[in-house]
Amino acid sequence: MFYIYCPYCGEHREEEEFHPKGQAHIERPKEPEACSDEEWGNYLFFRNNPRGVHHEMWVHAVGCRKFFNVTRHTVSYEILETYKMGEQPTITADSQKQPREAAAVSHQEGVRA
Amino acid sequence: MSNAATFDTRTDTAIPVESPLAFSYRHSGAPRAGSSSRVQLRERAMLGHLILRGGAIVLDEAVRDVLGISLPGKPQALVQDASGERSIQWLSPDEWLVIVPSGEEFPLETQLRERLGDSHYAISDVSGGQTVLEITGEAARELLMKAVIYDVHPRHFPVGKGVTTVFAKATTILRRPSEERWELVVRRSFADYCYRWLLDAAAEYGVNVEQ
Ligand SMILES: [Zn+2]
Repeated sequence: MFYIYCPYCGEHREEEEFHPKGQAHIERPKEPEACSDEEWGNYLFFRNNPRGVHHEMWVHAVGCRKFFNVTRHTVSYEILETYKMGEQPTITADSQKQPREAAAVSHQEGVRA
Repeated sequence: MSNAATFDTRTDTAIPVESPLAFSYRHSGAPRAGSSSRVQLRERAMLGHLILRGGAIVLDEAVRDVLGISLPGKPQALVQDASGERSIQWLSPDEWLVIVPSGEEFPLETQLRERLGDSHYAISDVSGGQTVLEITGEAARELLMKAVIYDVHPRHFPVGKGVTTVFAKATTILRRPSEERWELVVRRSFADYCYRWLLDAAAEYGVNVEQ
């Protein structure tokens, strides 16, 4: 059993109800016409593949059907936090370099085993 | 009044109307277990189902005026009117399911559209697309524990809660309108599959199907 916290439903739900949807926080260029081929290509096709903390978009496919963001560790698969669209992560690769406790203080746990 | 095109999906012609389970009754039957039954199954067919989408504040005012019950703002909440025949369920932060007695859905939709005017909202009549299966009896929760991935323990699933989740691999809405009654809102196309799953899973409790 693997539970993920949906920030819209406000509770932990079974993993089977969710789908991952790739890297989060990708912003569409404001003026596509003004982009170079390289800029447009980077926007469309190139994604981060970090070893460690990664911000991803997930959808609560069977449930509220809302998209939200997940901060996940790509080595341990641990979900460090989940947060709504439009919000910023509180846990990042940089914040993780400091002692874990300091970064995770008073934050909603993303996953419960 | 918005300029959305609407029409009453109920016909007054002599076309025979069949519930989504009509086929299932013919093919799988409707077992009767009598007094030894620990699970009772009943389809609440042909009810009016409306999906409301939009901002909670705008919709709440209109719904309270027209239907007399307030829109549940809390996730997973299910509210009913005093008779229990009309209900509104939270589906997502901007989406609610309204279930009313058969034939009330079109007048309700019309009244809501009049009341909502040019606000930003959407109403869809989904009555033909889904049906309600009611599960009662002392083994109802035990039966659900075999079929849904959601935790149905009373501590986690009190009366007045409803969730969209997985029932026997199908997407369904599971809700608990009262202490002893559970409801499954299933898609019409999944209704036969869900019914047959329920018959199989509830056989050990001596399932009794009321038609
Ligand atoms: Zn959700």
